[in-house]
Amino acid sequence: MNSLIPLYVVIPLGTAFLTIILGRWFKAISKILTIPALLFLTGLTFYLISQSPQTIVYRVGGFADLLDIPLAIFLVADGFTNILLLIISVVGLLVALYSLDYTKRFSAEEKFYALLNLMIAGMYGVVLAGDIFNLYVFLEIASIASYVLVAFNIEKQQLEATFKYQILGGVSSLLILAAIGFIYWTTGTLNLADIARQLPDANAFQIFVSVLLISGFGLKAAMVPFHSWLPDAHSSAPSPISAMLSGVLIKAIGIYVIIRLFFNIIQINPQIALTVTILGTLSMIIGVFLAIGQWDFKRLLAYHSISQMGYVILGIGMGMLILANGGKESIANLAITGGLFHMLNHSIFKALLFLNAGSVEYITGTRSLQKLGGLSNKMQITSGSSFAASMAISGIPPFNGFFSKIMIIFAAIQAGYYWLALLAVIVSIVTLASFTKVHKYAFYGDLPSKYENVKESPFSMALAMSLMALLCLIMSLMIVPSVRAIFLQPAVDALMQTTNYSSIVLGK
Amino acid sequence: MILFILCFILFVIGLYGVIMQRNLIKIIIGFAIMEYSVILFLILIGYIDAATVPIISESFESGPFVDPLPQAMILTAIVIGLATKALLLSVAIRLYKKYGSFDIREMKNLRG
Repeated sequence: MNSLIPLYVVIPLGTAFLTIILGRWFKAISKILTIPALLFLTGLTFYLISQSPQTIVYRVGGFADLLDIPLAIFLVADGFTNILLLIISVVGLLVALYSLDYTKRFSAEEKFYALLNLMIAGMYGVVLAGDIFNLYVFLEIASIASYVLVAFNIEKQQLEATFKYQILGGVSSLLILAAIGFIYWTTGTLNLADIARQLPDANAFQIFVSVLLISGFGLKAAMVPFHSWLPDAHSSAPSPISAMLSGVLIKAIGIYVIIRLFFNIIQINPQIALTVTILGTLSMIIGVFLAIGQWDFKRLLAYHSISQMGYVILGIGMGMLILANGGKESIANLAITGGLFHMLNHSIFKALLFLNAGSVEYITGTRSLQKLGGLSNKMQITSGSSFAASMAISGIPPFNGFFSKIMIIFAAIQAGYYWLALLAVIVSIVTLASFTKVHKYAFYGDLPSKYENVKESPFSMALAMSLMALLCLIMSLMIVPSVRAIFLQPAVDALMQTTNYSSIVLGK
Repeated sequence: MILFILCFILFVIGLYGVIMQRNLIKIIIGFAIMEYSVILFLILIGYIDAATVPIISESFESGPFVDPLPQAMILTAIVIGLATKALLLSVAIRLYKKYGSFDIREMKNLRG
């Protein structure tokens, strides 16, 4: 089974190159290859999850350890990785399905699919890498593909957004590279598990490296002081790409790495835990208040991404804080479960909302809420699935967002952070208000006369949106303990074991 | 130590260029300077005074080697840097065609 792990990188990378080489003569190859490839990887992910609690280590090149020093490049799949693999595969598959009809308007369809595959390969690589420098290389593959995809339609707005995104993304990559340099300087190794073993106990140097890492990956994850590129990049990109960026990319190359490094590699320390919690809370509040005044459909959604990622970081940060201060493990467990559950939910409902916005833009040609109205009768699937996603993001009961938010709020109350619980509730109410606005202006009210003859979007787009709306409901089931034990608990356990990660991966 | 301080100063000069300049090309040059400072830093980590090259050959002598791993790392980093800078420059040229200027103050479609 170990040998199945590299397929995650090999298949999308191979698909990308084949579509570019063969696409010149045979246009349809991109679609023929992409969907089965992602379908296969989704199946593989479910298989890995069914095998779950075990940690799978694959050594690229097969070199054995020499004098206790790991020589091979590690690919590691543990419980926490599996969750990210699930997000990337499922959202990637549904977005590719949606693109089948959406990209018919593009002149260079095969390049779109090639770049999408490259981005997916990069993200798989980041979550699987057991080696900090390979993590950096995969991160750059995913980032560069996303820079190009943001500017895919090469219009004024998109070029401007991608320039801003590239400069800030590039600076964050340099901060990460510098941090890798410092880590290599002190530990003499690049292997994550070995770093966890070699890194000295908490000291000023470790804080310095942690600050570099938080600012580097915080920029990639668009936490609040570093968020300025996100609304531009995510709203300018073609809609399926917006869904990938907001739904998957900021999690896989931002949040995932922060969580992995500060739980499993660098010992949890109270100052860093406090910083992460504060950044999460700030993202949550500032994101939602910036969102509520927006009139551009996709820009509003992009600001909500910042806010919702704040919830995830808040949950994880509280877990860290409780562990660092020696609080009850059961409460930390609840906080981390809530955070990861919300991450999983956010990837589905935010991707769905961007696909809805894309569908509205595809049909009407505008995404300004002021110019829209009354589409609910004309586009029933879009408006219905958008309703489901809006309820999920604002935390209304039968949908998945409610359960993850309530877990985070319960954890905050149990741990005695009453203010954080109150803020989480307030932000949730403001979110509801802002999605009420979206529905009032886009789907209800009077239909402008020029949209009298609009129809529902094409089949593959409608199918992808309906499937995602269904997932928004089905994922509520993860609150049931037996289902949670399969999907979420292995991930939480992988984080709660903290620096034992190294002994599990290195096998000693 | 003085080398590391100079390397840090180079980083700050690049950062100044990225933040303060208004011309797209100058921003890209600032970004490139930042990248070179980080690459220089990685090279300095592996450098050992009066050490030999880490290649086993006929005239092989024992003694300290410079660390080859950071050199392998920067080769990768330079290739990645090539890709990002080529992309940045091509976007800058496209922007020039759209706006007729490299001045960032004239590009304000995205505000708020």
